[in-house]
Amino acid sequence: MLAYLVRRALYAIPILIGVNLLTFVLFFVVNSPDDMARMHIGVKRATPEAIERWKVERGYDKPMFVNAAAEGSARFTDTIFFDKSLRMFALEFGRADDGRDIGQEIRDRMGPSLAIALPTFVLSLFVSISFALLLVFFRATYLDFWGVVLCVAMMSISSLFYIIGGQWLVSKMWALVPISGYAPGLDATRFLVLPVLISVVAGMGSSARWYRTIFLEEISKDYVRTARAKGLSELAVLFRHVLRNALIPILTGVVVVIPLLFMGSLLVESFFAIPGLGSYTIDAINAQDFAVVRAMVFIGSVLYIIGLILTDISYTLVDPRVRLE
Amino acid sequence: MGFQPVVLWTDLLLFVLLATAAAAVFYVRANEPLREAWRKVGRRPAGMAAATILLAFVTIGVLDSLHYRPLLPAVDTPVGAVGGQGPPRYSTEVLSVLDAVLEPLRLQTEKTYSAPFAWQLYQRETIELPGGGQVRDYPRLVHGASHLEDPVADKDADLSRRVLAGLGQALFAWLATFVVLATLVWRGSGLGWGEIVAALLAGRTVLAWRAALVTLGLIFAIVAICIELAPLYHVLGTDKVGQDVLYLALKSVRTALVIGTITTLVMMPFAVALGIAAGYLGGWVDDAVQYVYTVLNAIPGVLLIAAAVLMMQVVIDTHPQWFDTAAERSDARLLALCFILGITSWTGLARLLRGETLKLRELEYVQAARAFGVRTPAILRRHILPNVMHIVMIALVMDFSGLVLAEAVLSYVGIGVDPTTISFGTMINMARAELAREPMVWWSLAAAFAFMFVLVLAANLFADVVRDAFDPRRG
Repeated sequence: MLAYLVRRALYAIPILIGVNLLTFVLFFVVNSPDDMARMHIGVKRATPEAIERWKVERGYDKPMFVNAAAEGSARFTDTIFFDKSLRMFALEFGRADDGRDIGQEIRDRMGPSLAIALPTFVLSLFVSISFALLLVFFRATYLDFWGVVLCVAMMSISSLFYIIGGQWLVSKMWALVPISGYAPGLDATRFLVLPVLISVVAGMGSSARWYRTIFLEEISKDYVRTARAKGLSELAVLFRHVLRNALIPILTGVVVVIPLLFMGSLLVESFFAIPGLGSYTIDAINAQDFAVVRAMVFIGSVLYIIGLILTDISYTLVDPRVRLE
Repeated sequence: MGFQPVVLWTDLLLFVLLATAAAAVFYVRANEPLREAWRKVGRRPAGMAAATILLAFVTIGVLDSLHYRPLLPAVDTPVGAVGGQGPPRYSTEVLSVLDAVLEPLRLQTEKTYSAPFAWQLYQRETIELPGGGQVRDYPRLVHGASHLEDPVADKDADLSRRVLAGLGQALFAWLATFVVLATLVWRGSGLGWGEIVAALLAGRTVLAWRAALVTLGLIFAIVAICIELAPLYHVLGTDKVGQDVLYLALKSVRTALVIGTITTLVMMPFAVALGIAAGYLGGWVDDAVQYVYTVLNAIPGVLLIAAAVLMMQVVIDTHPQWFDTAAERSDARLLALCFILGITSWTGLARLLRGETLKLRELEYVQAARAFGVRTPAILRRHILPNVMHIVMIALVMDFSGLVLAEAVLSYVGIGVDPTTISFGTMINMARAELAREPMVWWSLAAAFAFMFVLVLAANLFADVVRDAFDPRRG
């Protein structure tokens, strides 16, 4: 098991290098730093001096890969590639365009993101699985039929409308919770109820339907027939056998996202003005702050790889037949 | 010629797609198993109804993809000037056939917001009275309900009269369609015409024609009422700059369709080629392909899209000389978005195909082919490819609705289509600020919601039916 995990962790390195190279190509080779400078300063005011100043301020004035002017190892370390790309492996993200330290910002904003993503994750898992089990329990009845229709209808609504509609109804018409904002500590609950609720509802349609398919596939297997023949009640069959055995396909989809919860949700956070990583990313995108976007891409891929490894581990916990070798 | 045809890149790809679809229809007709699968789709009422709605949307999209630049009126040559008329000059504005059809909607803009069917503006303004003096009141709209002498008294009567007229026309058109369809089904059925009509009405035909006819009736009714009312009223109100919301919603359809279809079109060849190659050839090819899609997968989708779109934006902004018209520019951005979405979404399909190919290559007939010395490309083409096509087909229809929804979110975030491109995302984006107004301006959002909902719901239902029909595991 340990050997397997070490190998998986080592396997992650080439993938991270790939991500790193890809983002580097995207951000620095497709567009030269000159292009970026021109964009930021504005095409009309971009004199060669202004571009040069912008590049020096942000450390984009170095050569791309090889610094012919430098001596020794500095030939390779005193370059844009080393500064902007390789340093990320040491989690050094540098500064955003507004001069703030990106690493510090990420540490500060992780909390609010988690505060909203974690309850959403747990609640929606619970609600969707319960709903799916309900539909499976009443399978081939009108309840099942209309439940699936409801799921498809809910899937067909853009998440934008869930947020806009929820904010309008709950915050504006009923005035139950503030429309947006955030407060640290326990005060946050007031601000978090609505976004969590909306995220749960918005994701319910597709996930409940997906879980239902998994359960139905499981329920058609032989051991379920045996269990019923043994005289177990339908509820016992569903909860004791089907639910447990359906966990493997559910885990595959679910565990991967756990580490990504740190990143928060772009939409919900920006709509509700929650100072998490999601809204940070959106602001960076709108301000075209490439350093921040690059940092977020890198962190996202690290978290994704952690998620993949976690998925493997979770298999062994759920299914003793699975051995990691 | 009074116009100069313009073929944008997305138009071209859309037409290629349509041609492929037409070719596929011919292929399916000649192939019994495929015909049977599609017949299964047609037997389900949900499938037929959804297909009818999608067809209506596709019609709008195709009309909106026939672009042209209108001829500018000739400038009078000054007296004594040499040479007379120069070469004809075309407007830099690129229009589409849909724009021409909707000309009254496109040109009848108001000053700012007005509610659906309103005859007054949504805002008070200072109005000069004819006898001198001023008053602050809601001014009358320039176009909306301007044909009425006394809107307060006449509007309701006028509306109901026109709605009835529209319904009458719809009924007429529907009856005509019904007769044509009944005749088509009747020919070659060997039954009497009356029996066919009865079967159609009772929903007893092999294909679920009744569902299609009911849906068609609804579409006809809505379209006919709009044809009656839209030139005289703003059926769905107007937005901040006074543009007709119905026009905006109809124009958004093309953007949604382009994103939903062209994205899968551009990614499909990669996914199929790489997925099959990885599964069949194994070895280093498999390792390489797996590596590439793990790397792409490792980056959260939105971030990869954001990064790529930001880069594309810089490229487009720093090379204005590449584009003749604003339409070409925003089209380039739309196409770039399709490519980027395609690059981020081919991995899932490739993985599915790799798995399926791994299974197929061990089957007897493939091994037999190999033993007979059939070469690898031939095996891939003749034995593997046709047997994974159903997966491709299912992935294609399943992805569509997700992409339409993604477009709205991305455009809202600011990394979607060009802000000048009319799309559901840009509509929602503009409508968002209006919600805070008192009283609320709700109609832009409601229109975007309704159009998107119907489109995506139809796509989802259709995808479900197609999956049921083509997935062998769901017999």
